[in-house]
Amino acid sequence: MEKQTSRRSFLKVSSISGGGMLLGFSWLASLKPSEVMGAAGTAPEWVELTGFIKIMADNQIKILSPNPEFGQNVMTSLPMLIAEELEVDWKKIQVEMGDYDTPRFKSQFTGGSQSIRSAWMPLRKAGATARMMLLQAAANLWHLPVAELTASNGSVMHKATNKTITYGQLAEAAAKLPVPANPVLKKASELNLVGQSQKNVEGAKIVAGKSLFTMDYQVDGMLVAMAIRPPAFGMQLKSYDATEAKKMPGIKDVFDIEVYKKGYERAGFDTRTFNHLIVVVGNSTWEVLNARKKVVAQWESIVETKETVNNFGRKKEETIPAGLESSDKHMQQMLALQGQKAKVLRKDGDPEAAFAAAKKVIEKTYSAPFLPHNTMEPISCFAHITDEKAFFVAPIQIPDMMKQNIVANLDVPADKIEMKLARMGGGFGRRAYGHYIIEAGLISKKMKAPVKLIYTREDDMTNGVYRPAYIVTYKAALDANNNITAIHIKGGGIPEHAVHENRFPAGAFDNYLAEGWELPSNITIGAFRAPRSNFIASAEQSFLDELAQTIGKDPIDFRIELLKKAKASPVGKNNDYNADRYIGVLELLKEKSKWTATPKGKHRGVAAYFCHNSYVAHVVDVSMKNGLPQIDNVVSVLDCGIVVNPDAAKNMVEGAVIDGIGNCLFGGLKFDKGVVLQQNLNQYRMIRMREAPKKIDVHFVQNSIDPTGLGEPPFPPIFAALANAMYKATGKRFYHQPFINELNKKA
Amino acid sequence: MAKMNLKVNHKTYTVDVDPATPLLWVLRDHLHLVGTKFGCAVGACGACTIHLNGNAMKSCQLPVSAAAAQEITTIEGLSEHGDHPVQKAWLDIDVAQCGYCQTGQIMAAAALLKQKPNPTDADIDNYMSGNICRCGTYIRIREAIKTAAKTSKK
Ligand code: FES
Ligand code: FES
Repeated sequence: MEKQTSRRSFLKVSSISGGGMLLGFSWLASLKPSEVMGAAGTAPEWVELTGFIKIMADNQIKILSPNPEFGQNVMTSLPMLIAEELEVDWKKIQVEMGDYDTPRFKSQFTGGSQSIRSAWMPLRKAGATARMMLLQAAANLWHLPVAELTASNGSVMHKATNKTITYGQLAEAAAKLPVPANPVLKKASELNLVGQSQKNVEGAKIVAGKSLFTMDYQVDGMLVAMAIRPPAFGMQLKSYDATEAKKMPGIKDVFDIEVYKKGYERAGFDTRTFNHLIVVVGNSTWEVLNARKKVVAQWESIVETKETVNNFGRKKEETIPAGLESSDKHMQQMLALQGQKAKVLRKDGDPEAAFAAAKKVIEKTYSAPFLPHNTMEPISCFAHITDEKAFFVAPIQIPDMMKQNIVANLDVPADKIEMKLARMGGGFGRRAYGHYIIEAGLISKKMKAPVKLIYTREDDMTNGVYRPAYIVTYKAALDANNNITAIHIKGGGIPEHAVHENRFPAGAFDNYLAEGWELPSNITIGAFRAPRSNFIASAEQSFLDELAQTIGKDPIDFRIELLKKAKASPVGKNNDYNADRYIGVLELLKEKSKWTATPKGKHRGVAAYFCHNSYVAHVVDVSMKNGLPQIDNVVSVLDCGIVVNPDAAKNMVEGAVIDGIGNCLFGGLKFDKGVVLQQNLNQYRMIRMREAPKKIDVHFVQNSIDPTGLGEPPFPPIFAALANAMYKATGKRFYHQPFINELNKKA
Repeated sequence: MAKMNLKVNHKTYTVDVDPATPLLWVLRDHLHLVGTKFGCAVGACGACTIHLNGNAMKSCQLPVSAAAAQEITTIEGLSEHGDHPVQKAWLDIDVAQCGYCQTGQIMAAAALLKQKPNPTDADIDNYMSGNICRCGTYIRIREAIKTAAKTSKK
């Protein structure tokens, strides 16, 4: 039966010139013949162990990857953890993306650099559990004590008698055995797959242009939908006329939807969207694009509202102010609020007295604008809602967070939700907010048809969940001998501040004050690669550089000195870092970058940061060319514990470095009266190859600490490393992002 | 609407579409060749790069009528088994992160190497700067192009 399905699909794919064919993800086409036929020409039987592993009688082994993939390569590194303990030949493993099924996988969370950290034990346990069941099955079959058997390479062996049997032959019996409660994991010294670079399991499909992404998903009879949203934040739909649009070729319908129902209590990842949208549905993208222009809509101002958001049980009232906001005004507001009282977040000693007694005060203010995620693949979602089920193909970082939202707003029972987790064309935090799943669902429901909702780049950029705009002032009090006697950090933002009061340099100063304030906004914001850290690190690490320079110390030695002090006699409680590991990356960076030997004609900057459980330090070498920094070399040192897939980890670090350089040099979304001013990539500058570093040299601290995150930690410290290097090159400090504005001022 | 013949990857297709439709959408929506990606539709990102008579082109900027009867190559036709030297180099260096930009990058790189089999670093940077990689794989793309240049010569 399955064979026939497959054959039919294959034929359909070949007859590409005929219209109306099925072209979903290429899972059917990619199956090997044996997989669909089974050994004896019968339907194949995959035997499942632990929910993550499928084994066939002919010893084909498949591992399901639980976490959504958006380029951080978890689809390779997570299955590696299972394979490590299962004892199989990685080269023979097939990896398959798991569907949304969080009860089965326990966790399907892509975000916060947590994939590897939180999967490290559970996935290894899954592999070890299966291995123990297979061993037990062999022991039962051979009537031998299990202790005499070994598992390796997808087989169980009894060395004394030279007996061997494949997992495939054991799988069925193994599946019937009780699941061991305490699977025995390999010792760190026994790990032989973890730590060995393995290629991206989807590499071949990516370079061949196979259908992998939501944007690519197509089925028979599928309609294309796009929405029309208010032209500005602070506006909402008043009325519209779709008469002309409906007459356009290929158009099926034009209607309006309310995304969240009135009174729906949003959870943490249910971003406040433009809630009332006009939707245009038709046969093809181009037809919908053209018809969308013919809709005549009237917009009106919103009024201030208050909404309760339920953030994992913690309810918070959110004010959504009325009004049309502008970037220039934001800056004035932020500067004004810096001069007013703010909430005290942490206070050690008597900072007021120390500042009053200071011989010298160094005070610097830093700011950064809103940032769009600009994932390479614009937002899209496929939905097909029928009476039987609600089927989605969705690019979503945390699918389970969408469950209650789908249930409430699409009136679908939770057990009827089916979701394929498509490979995502980038995430960076944007795809933690799945409002587009609800939008697509509502459209499919109304059309009673399969629908793919597409955001154009303009839709994507103007309906973002942006990185907030931030400001912070760092102040240091110095005595007559240039000793730092107090530190004061005061930060704010729209609509949140970025001050992490317990992070370094907290703990290193006897007198310390951290304060924060927040200004509500109607512009939607959300997580963006290393939220808050991505700004505060840039300010903190630039300030420490300036401080070191003022008191005549080497910037790395200065940091190490502070860390040693914080370790020896920590000030205050809750200091959120491990001084030894922090010092460790700085020491290794000194060595690897040959810190004291700046190459001729180059200018060096350094910065370090700890966030998302990992420690990172960078050295950047620049030379100025045509008013822009040419980045000749970056040396990056990380301590993220055991590195599972080193080459892929390096790739991620390189990417974070380039992303950071791009954002601090060029990034910044501007608003004028609520309107996003840069609406596409021809108006918004993103880093391109010619601005990328010539070389990035990545080093990991070697240790056997359980692995921690990697996607975010290298990102925050690169901003300041570059700013500090540019200071050396130009004699000018860079306080306000994007730095290109400051560079242009000089020219 | 107009009937047109398109020659894509050495096959001829007849499509009946608005002649102003960008080739990008005809490839994706009508021919189901989804390897050519949509990134911006304004010619700024290169995700939609194809070859028109052997030259790299942004298919979002090309009305289908202008492409009729010309030789169009998409990533699906760059090689039969995904084993063009550029594709092989991409796998060798394990370039991709999310992968979304990479088919456009590969098409651009293949066109560059056809023009300049031994590109300098500056040649690569200049030619490839029409293609954005949001994930920041530029260093690996450079390396893969150099690898492909070497293997193509052998
Ligand atoms: S989609 Fe054509 S250049 Fe971006
Ligand atoms: S690999 Fe993600 S955009 Fe290039």
